[in-house]
Amino acid sequence: MVDRLIVDVMESAGIDIVVSLPCNMLTGILSEIDTRLSIQHITVCREEEGVGIAAGAALAGRKPALLMQNSGLGNCINALMSLTALYHLPLFMLMSHRGGQGEKISAQIPMGKAAPLLLDTLKIDYLSVTAQADLENLKTFIKETYNSSLLQAAFITGELWDEAR
Amino acid sequence: MKRGDAIKEVARQEGLVVANLGFPSRELYAFADKPAYFYMLGSMGLASSIGLGLALSSSHFVYVIDGDGSILMNMGSLVTIAHHAPDNFCLIIIDNKVYGSTGNQPTYTSQKADLAEIAHSAGNKYVVRVKSVTELCNALARCREQKTIIVAEVEPGNEEVPVIPLEPRAIKERFMKQIKKP
Repeated sequence: MVDRLIVDVMESAGIDIVVSLPCNMLTGILSEIDTRLSIQHITVCREEEGVGIAAGAALAGRKPALLMQNSGLGNCINALMSLTALYHLPLFMLMSHRGGQGEKISAQIPMGKAAPLLLDTLKIDYLSVTAQADLENLKTFIKETYNSSLLQAAFITGELWDEAR
Repeated sequence: MKRGDAIKEVARQEGLVVANLGFPSRELYAFADKPAYFYMLGSMGLASSIGLGLALSSSHFVYVIDGDGSILMNMGSLVTIAHHAPDNFCLIIIDNKVYGSTGNQPTYTSQKADLAEIAHSAGNKYVVRVKSVTELCNALARCREQKTIIVAEVEPGNEEVPVIPLEPRAIKERFMKQIKKP
């Protein structure tokens, strides 16, 4: 249900190509994307590669999104700055935010804590989506990414699914 | 054949070109600047990925001028290209076996790594190795019939060319305008 609502938001905000690397938390969203004919879905081997594919799509006038775990942010920072930001190309990044309360994998904690601070440092605006009530805001935010050719991000947390349960 | 000779042949083709950062972009700019050329200024390694995103999103034919050092940074791209690249895509890896824009430090293709074999075993059906301008011309002439990866083995060495004087936004805007033309 939550997965479908999130993909509804992405689709209605105009996203027409998604490049992704999976995360356990994104499983439902990724399979929902594969049911939408208006969204092309390309799986990549490393997140940075996705930044490149998204840039090419944006040059052709499309509205790309990068879906990944927050750990992937660390794998694509140089490209985000010296490609996406340098040429003012639009890109929306949707990241599963790991390392919070109830995280069972200790390796998720350091990067989970660092990810929002990294976005602050890089001057990338982001939203944290923790409840279904945030989804309307998310739609407006994603539309702005493409209307103003921005590099923006959103974190989604496990609370979103807990709420639905 | 030097990199400059190979780039001159790519510049004779009709289509969009994504040019790798450093000397490949500078040489292409100096030989034959066109709005249809996207000059990378940063993001080393991503030429083939940018080209793939373009080819998937446009009906224009897309040539990518990549390098050995750069494709070694993003070898996963060869796998993604094997799976997704459409017929309007040709990747040209210019293999001079050195990091040519930073002082000719050797890359591993000067030793054991074979980019044509790597590209082929990544799942790309048509990979052509060329060692002369004539062979490159033949490969370029055929690449529109079948999706091809060309590995052009060249001598190291840069042309005497200036830094590209265009602002990143100007490169983007004229390129995007060009894509919109049928």
